[in-house]
Amino acid sequence: MGGVGGELRLPPQNFAASAIARTRIAEDSSLRLLCSDFSPPQCARIRRLNKNGRTDIPFGSLVFNHVLSQLSSFIVAQKSQSQGIVLVALSRGPLYYEELFKSKGNNVALSNKWIRVLDCCTDPLGWRSKLMESGRIANLTTGTSTRANLYKNVKDLDKLLSAIIELGKELVVEGNGRFAVAIDSVSEMLRHASISSVAGLLSNLRSHSQVSCLFWLLHSDIHETKAIAALEYISSMQASAEPITRPVNGQRGNSEKLPLLEQNLRGGKIHVRFKRRNGRVRLMSEEFCIEQSGIKFTPVSSEAEIIAQSLVPKVQFNLELSEKERNDRAKVVLPFEHQGNGKSIQIYDGRKSLNEDRAEMQDTSTEKVQTVEDSGRGEIIYFRDSDDEMPDSDEDPDDDLDI
Amino acid sequence: MNVQLPNLLEDALGGGGQKGGGRVVLIEDCVETSGAFVLHHFLKRSLSPNSSDAVVFLSFSQPFSHYDRILRKMGCNLVVQRDNKRLLFFDMQMLDSVGREEEKTSEDLLLALYEKVHKAVEICLSPPRNITIIIDDVSLLEVAANCLSNIVLDFLHYCYSLTAEFGCSLITLNHEDIYSSLDKPSLLLQMEYHADVVIKAEPLSTGLATDVHGQLTVLDKGLGGCFINSGKIRNFQFRIKDNQVEYFYPGSRT
Repeated sequence: MGGVGGELRLPPQNFAASAIARTRIAEDSSLRLLCSDFSPPQCARIRRLNKNGRTDIPFGSLVFNHVLSQLSSFIVAQKSQSQGIVLVALSRGPLYYEELFKSKGNNVALSNKWIRVLDCCTDPLGWRSKLMESGRIANLTTGTSTRANLYKNVKDLDKLLSAIIELGKELVVEGNGRFAVAIDSVSEMLRHASISSVAGLLSNLRSHSQVSCLFWLLHSDIHETKAIAALEYISSMQASAEPITRPVNGQRGNSEKLPLLEQNLRGGKIHVRFKRRNGRVRLMSEEFCIEQSGIKFTPVSSEAEIIAQSLVPKVQFNLELSEKERNDRAKVVLPFEHQGNGKSIQIYDGRKSLNEDRAEMQDTSTEKVQTVEDSGRGEIIYFRDSDDEMPDSDEDPDDDLDI
Repeated sequence: MNVQLPNLLEDALGGGGQKGGGRVVLIEDCVETSGAFVLHHFLKRSLSPNSSDAVVFLSFSQPFSHYDRILRKMGCNLVVQRDNKRLLFFDMQMLDSVGREEEKTSEDLLLALYEKVHKAVEICLSPPRNITIIIDDVSLLEVAANCLSNIVLDFLHYCYSLTAEFGCSLITLNHEDIYSSLDKPSLLLQMEYHADVVIKAEPLSTGLATDVHGQLTVLDKGLGGCFINSGKIRNFQFRIKDNQVEYFYPGSRT
């Protein structure tokens, strides 16, 4: 993940955020990307890809929560361009998010200033209000927070758009301030409206001058590929979370793939695709694991090393070398090297070396004498053992062996 | 045979009652292995004399007498519990036909059903206590809604919002193999996304056995509230007897 932060070009007026984005802190680099604001409306999409092994945790919502709390802490610290968040809650109620912010240590009393929750979860189709108006059920609503604004007709996306913008304008102090929009989740929205109208809503939000960034959660295994592609074109960044290992289809019984599934519960991989304005696409991937305190992100390589180390079989003898042993091994002179008699090292490769040629030229005279003396060289002298043996017979010498 | 076996299902569910908001439990089964016994387990647990919990039961598959007969063998009298207002039983096989006669749309039908559930929750809340809503089963609910799975999901969404608001638990049963031909079984997948605990009942991968009736895989996502604690997954086998179900780890039975 090196250099992720360094590649970011943030608007010069936003020094704090750019400084954060430039610091390369491994554990959060990909999320810092998602959380930093850009001058044009920035859309980030978090999706969860999970096709074969459905028995695992929906990490998408965890990543979404992480991004949301990260962004909110930036806003509270005034490190972000946006002055507040409008959270469109479709799949989880406002109470859930209240608890989330509480657990992250954000001041809930202050949160009135920077967050507005549009509650599309409690009564998305107006069933409750219909029943309450006719007096058939009592109004039991007890702990709903005052900050949550109930929205009762999710099918009407035009009204939803204006409700979001209205809430955003409440957050912004000056006229030209900006706010972020978070949608949880677009999958729910797609259940109530067509893909074209949802895409219309998202692109209207994206092009609104007061929306600094927009991010949403989508469960990609529920929807058709074309719907996912349509939403991907709108977004400038896409983070998809998937399990570390996919179960092989051949494994029928759950007991066989239990270890795999258990591994998937502890964490997963996240792939981030980031489209730059000039059209360049960067791909990044990281791994994450679930801890008590939240999600922890780690670069892929380090995790792979740990696995590689654990793969070395445990044996009784030592496979590693100590420092002294390593030094000793370096001192050993290999057989083809000269054993330290001052000559340069010559390795025979089948050809005569230059030095050898010269030496031969000098020694020609002496050699000639030798040749005369050893004229008998190269002869084969052979004595027959006895007369029984036929000279050069074709007989197999091992013929008498009974194999 | 009075040896107290550890109840692995209870262990996998994290024991006892969940504090601070109920959970959404999805039970998936298939033709070969029915998951109905898990529903009975939950029913018995909620109506146990040690607690004061109430149950709202929507039955699309069986009449009251069916559950009464089974639970009686397990040591729980449903008639008494119904009279005590601890069990609110809705026989949807009957109510469904009433709705059809009035020529209501599926949405009206499920709106009326939601009204019933909401009212039942109101009644049960009069002394505040844990409420468990049980739906047996969702595939037949889908049939009642003319197979409009979107409307079923709307209905379930309202039930989920009840769990978030009043701390009810929601337990649903659905059949996995019905959706096996679909590339993207939207209804089942969305139910899985919403569930905190998914329990799968499957036959043994090695085939039929006389003393083992199947295996259960319990996935606890561990996302209760917002506090992340990593989930756990358990797999064990079971044997259904007349008055109880035995749970044991694979290979621990001779």
